Amino acid sequence: MRYLPHTRSEVQQMLETIGVAAVEDLFTGVPQSCRLDRPLAVAPAQSEGELLAGLRRLAEGNASVTQWDSFLGGGAYNHYVPAVVDHLISRSEFYTAYTPYQPEISQGTLQAIYEFQTLICQLTDMDMANASMYDGASACAEGVLLCLRAAKKRRRVLLSRALHPHYRQTTATYCRYLDAQLEEIVDTDGATDAAQLRARLTEDVAAVVVGYPNYFGRIEDLAEIAAAAHEVGARLVVAVSEPLALALFKSPGELGADVVVGEGQSFGLPLSFGGPGIGFFAVRRQDMRLLPGRLVGETVDLEGERGYVLTLATREQHIRREKATSNICSNQGMCAVMVAIYLALHGKQGLRRLAQINYARAAYAREQISRLQGFELPFAGAVFNEFVVTCSEPVAALSKRLEQQKILAGVPLQEDYPELENGLLVCVTEQNSKDQIDRLVTALAGGQA
Amino acid sequence: MEYPDHLKYTEEHEWIAVDDDVVIIGITDFAQKQLGDVVFVELPEVGDVLESGKPFGVVESVKAVSDVYAPISGEVLEINEDLPDEPGLLNTSPYEDGWMLKVKLSDPDELDELMDADAYQELVEEE
Amino acid sequence: MMNQARGLVLDELLLFERSRPGRIGYSLPEAEVPEVLPDAELLREEIDGFPELSEVDVIRHYTRLSTWNYGVDTGFYPLGSCTMKYNPKINEVAARLEGFAAVHPRTPEPLVQGALELMYLLERDLAEVSGFPAVCLQPAAGAQGEFAGMLMIRAWHQARGSRRHKVIIPDTAHGTNPATAALCGYEVVPVATDGLLSLEAVAAVMDEDVAALMITNPNTLGLFEGQIREICELVHQRGGLVYCDGANLNALMGISRPGDVGIDVMHFNLHKTFSTPHGGGGPGAGPVGVGERLLPFMPTPVVVKKDDSFALDTDRPQSIGRVKGFYGHFGILVRAFAYIRSMGGEGLKRATELAVLNANYVRARLEGSYHLPHQQRSLHEVIFSEAGLANGCRTLDVAKRLIDYGYHPPTIYFPLVVQGALMIEPTETESKQALDDFCDALLAIAEEARETPEKLRDAPVRPRRRRLDEVQAARSPKLRWLPDQDAAEE
Repeated sequence: MRYLPHTRSEVQQMLETIGVAAVEDLFTGVPQSCRLDRPLAVAPAQSEGELLAGLRRLAEGNASVTQWDSFLGGGAYNHYVPAVVDHLISRSEFYTAYTPYQPEISQGTLQAIYEFQTLICQLTDMDMANASMYDGASACAEGVLLCLRAAKKRRRVLLSRALHPHYRQTTATYCRYLDAQLEEIVDTDGATDAAQLRARLTEDVAAVVVGYPNYFGRIEDLAEIAAAAHEVGARLVVAVSEPLALALFKSPGELGADVVVGEGQSFGLPLSFGGPGIGFFAVRRQDMRLLPGRLVGETVDLEGERGYVLTLATREQHIRREKATSNICSNQGMCAVMVAIYLALHGKQGLRRLAQINYARAAYAREQISRLQGFELPFAGAVFNEFVVTCSEPVAALSKRLEQQKILAGVPLQEDYPELENGLLVCVTEQNSKDQIDRLVTALAGGQA
Repeated sequence: MEYPDHLKYTEEHEWIAVDDDVVIIGITDFAQKQLGDVVFVELPEVGDVLESGKPFGVVESVKAVSDVYAPISGEVLEINEDLPDEPGLLNTSPYEDGWMLKVKLSDPDELDELMDADAYQELVEEE
Repeated sequence: MMNQARGLVLDELLLFERSRPGRIGYSLPEAEVPEVLPDAELLREEIDGFPELSEVDVIRHYTRLSTWNYGVDTGFYPLGSCTMKYNPKINEVAARLEGFAAVHPRTPEPLVQGALELMYLLERDLAEVSGFPAVCLQPAAGAQGEFAGMLMIRAWHQARGSRRHKVIIPDTAHGTNPATAALCGYEVVPVATDGLLSLEAVAAVMDEDVAALMITNPNTLGLFEGQIREICELVHQRGGLVYCDGANLNALMGISRPGDVGIDVMHFNLHKTFSTPHGGGGPGAGPVGVGERLLPFMPTPVVVKKDDSFALDTDRPQSIGRVKGFYGHFGILVRAFAYIRSMGGEGLKRATELAVLNANYVRARLEGSYHLPHQQRSLHEVIFSEAGLANGCRTLDVAKRLIDYGYHPPTIYFPLVVQGALMIEPTETESKQALDDFCDALLAIAEEARETPEKLRDAPVRPRRRRLDEVQAARSPKLRWLPDQDAAEE
């Protein structure tokens, strides 16, 4: 086996040094009653060539966004990943390292994470960000837990129904056995209903959670929601599943968010069938010690040189155990570095320009589709690169029809929002050329593109 | 290690200076040495009511967290406002500049349960 | 002996300090459609402080940063309890295949049959290795797998109308165990061990308030819990369930299966046992093996096979729900699957045997020179204590000195039950030669502690940075770069 370096004679020498006759003798601590008395029924070892051939066969069984015209979004976005990202992250020193517990030989990861934390702060306009969470949905759940911890006696949490369903479901799982009451706020015109929100906001509410853009692609009126939440002393958690929007639209921090969480996959991570992504998590200074997860901070070494370390670790599970702010004991280190590389490449101008292209193309697609007979735009308000259409034709039939032209038309909404019967969430990014959009429109209209 | 004679002590390594029905509370020289460099102190707010034996605050070093337990019951009159910004005072001056709270005693009898300097020194030397 | 190699290490500023207004490192398509913008009141100003760099700037920046790191590909990385084995390169190729990497998670099921089949096959393989009837691939990491497992246990009790509210955790456990129990609303009942957990110790605390025992096997001392079968029986008899932390599964493949000895639920760390890269802190993957009792409570969706096709089942009314978005860290699952198929059943067992051989070899070579607090035969890792180090040198000093010798230090100060623990897990992918060099270094350091202890206390001297001031970092936290901090310093 190519990953096992031992020669037969080396094994023999090692056994002699240990003072046992056979490898089997090293397992005397495992009682016979606990032994497996047969070989593992796992397929026999394959050569690298055979393995790759088999994996290719499995990979060919999937419709990729490179072979198909994809208008799928809904929490995972098809953006171009520059070659530089994969090139740099393929450096062994990044991806084969462990958590930077020994800072003297981990300054590369530590500085990269410190820069990631800074980039997230800049993008969200918040004071501090952690080294990342698993994904947007779990970051959202942890955001709610932070508010419950901070608010002590307040136990109600108001979640916008227009928040990504996975974020709501994950939050519900995390709060399942905690003393917390989750309630949903309805949506009007695809955005959180301000009147109902105000009516439900009382002094026992710990957090209000909304998406920005929300699941329908809508840009919520965060300033108003923040004002309403703050009036009763509740925190506003803003969950961002498409962070490219923050390069164009006012930031959650500027509009009054107390906690900003989200998914960073848009910034340089492959779709990879939904994971790994990367959760980001940013707060105001007042909540620094309530943050879950790792933090990198700046300091100096013995000789006064600038360097970076993991810090404020007393919040974490390995020290505070059952009183920790979270049980998380990793971050998405490699993904955080990918996000930072992507943002560094695009920079101040590029990210803005990219967001503009997404916005303009989505606006064009939305406009073209709205002119088609049998298609309607149920929501009028501002969107970024995603929007909802409803069609007179059953969505399943429509999707099937478009699949024959190798078009993935959008994410069906009916399962999560029964009232949006035959609703489709259509996403347009810089990966969808005008030509692709025109083909989509033609195909929707029943034509052959 | 210092054990000032005018103070009273607890098994949780806190010291208490008594002035009529007002006491000052801090952690001992031994406690700060055990913890190492203190990086963060969390204190109650003025007006909070402490209950003897219950935690009232937290002291953290880089890799450890300790609750600080109330040696007596009473209302917090004053906290050391310098500590949050300069937690190292607990290390450099545990009995003077590193004091934590001033508390108005609610039950003076509780003082009888505290140790004097000799008894405390004996306890520390056993540990 | 001590590596005196020289190298060129270059300094590098922060991205933000390297930035120059007007530089670009991107290429974007034309809009192709009419340029439109949202209403002005919705628009933000430019992002303050965001970097502006060329592609060359970015390449140099991260290439230089990478050289300040130490990875498994750089050298020996004997971090106890972390299983830093070699990360095979074919796994990286596999995860990047277009048909995996460029597939959207909301693609209709008939168009992702290959991805679902891979998940199904991986579930079957993990089930076979662990002895559980089913495996859920969704959890993002070990700690989340642990959380999902404990939620299932609580859901099982709830379904039976039981209000048990405590969980037993041995003192050798990872910190995640109590943190997870708390997140599930449980109180922790600690139980002391004498290296191994005894049936009597469990019996003494296993009452009608206890919902579960959380156990790590082999435990964090590298010892197989010899009474595990009896302990599981006892807990079951008294109405509880048993959770197993699977962090140390690398010691058991093909030898013993947790599902067979009575464990009800266990997480895997694919980034430990199944060779996926640690990535400088993640992403990992933490699937959970699920016993019969807990099957109805598994997180959704679950991959199912119907006739000859695969589907995602969400119709599970008793499920605890989802713990993250979509279906798990698919890219990591691909890598783990490639590893399992590269090794085969026999290869996995051989990996375990050689991992245990390597740990015992290190133990035998160091035993006279470092203090061994537990004499029992350990499996995949070995733990020494700082007792007996000369001139008051401490575990931290030994660890830092190892850096000067060109090694990543072992895990230190864990488990907490050993004073100044030095926890070495070599894994099976290290050769005898690599182990000998490492042992020679540790023996030389023990000698230095006697003769020239200042060499330990000053260490490390070779890396780009010396010991870092963690007290300053924690006393005045500086968690981000700010533009004015430069101005202030100038």
